[in-house]
Amino acid sequence: MKARIEIRLKPGVLDPEAAAIERALRQLGFAGLKGVARAKVIEVELEARGPEEAEAELRAMCERLLANPVIETYAIALLR
Amino acid sequence: MRAAVVTFPGSNCDRDLRVAMESVFGVPVRALWHGERDLPKLDLVALPGGFSYGDYLRAGAIAARSPIMAEIVRFARRGGLVLGICNGFQILTEAGLLPGALVRNRGLRFLCRTVDLEVTTTASPFTAAYGEVRHIRLPIAHHDGNYVIDQDGLARLEGEGQIAFRYRDNPNGSTAAIAGVLNRERNVLGLMPHPERAADPRLGNTDGVPLFRSLLEAVHGAGS
Repeated sequence: MKARIEIRLKPGVLDPEAAAIERALRQLGFAGLKGVARAKVIEVELEARGPEEAEAELRAMCERLLANPVIETYAIALLR
Repeated sequence: MRAAVVTFPGSNCDRDLRVAMESVFGVPVRALWHGERDLPKLDLVALPGGFSYGDYLRAGAIAARSPIMAEIVRFARRGGLVLGICNGFQILTEAGLLPGALVRNRGLRFLCRTVDLEVTTTASPFTAAYGEVRHIRLPIAHHDGNYVIDQDGLARLEGEGQIAFRYRDNPNGSTAAIAGVLNRERNVLGLMPHPERAADPRLGNTDGVPLFRSLLEAVHGAGS
């Protein structure tokens, strides 16, 4: 089974890299630009008996290593 | 004083830290490898600066899950003294021994310079020897030193007097200019500045020495 985990900073945690990207886009003249956010994507392949077991396993991976709950949130999408 | 410094793959301040500690403690300091699963009998474990695991995923994230860290968490919960400097501070937050997190510096630049700090509390085994000295200067050298904590967490830190050091001129965007924090039980300290780089008069700055002297006195009593 494959899954896609998206990790992003919680609202309110300043992301200086996203701010720098936004400034650069503005400099290029994208006047309608309203905001930029950045996320990390981690793709995982795993063996599981079903989607529920896979999701529980993936959630444990996020809680124990992939995301830092102090500053980040995560979203899990099972691909197949 | 029974003290040890842990080396992770990518640590680079481990030797400097051992040399500084040995010069103040007057005894050899052990070197521990991150893969070890047993701690010897110790009073103090220190996690050095560097770039453990190349800062992959998040600074300190992988090191915080290495075999020795489970033992260090147990050691800390029993009241053992744990010091984390720079990358060591990042590892301690990632391991859940200290509140908050360290993210990219607000200005995005790697910062390498000596900064002015306020010793915010001397009520700890890491800072007692600063006594009346409230203004010190220590070197910083980091890319991810921007300390983040939510409003409730900050109120708890302030209420319990857990902020050990503050920047006088916040270089990296840290919440409340925090440069170093204690855990609630005050036996764990993490700080971004490098006291071990200011512990030899030949280097022109000894403002880091009282931190190590505090630890010696905490273990052996004042006057040691």
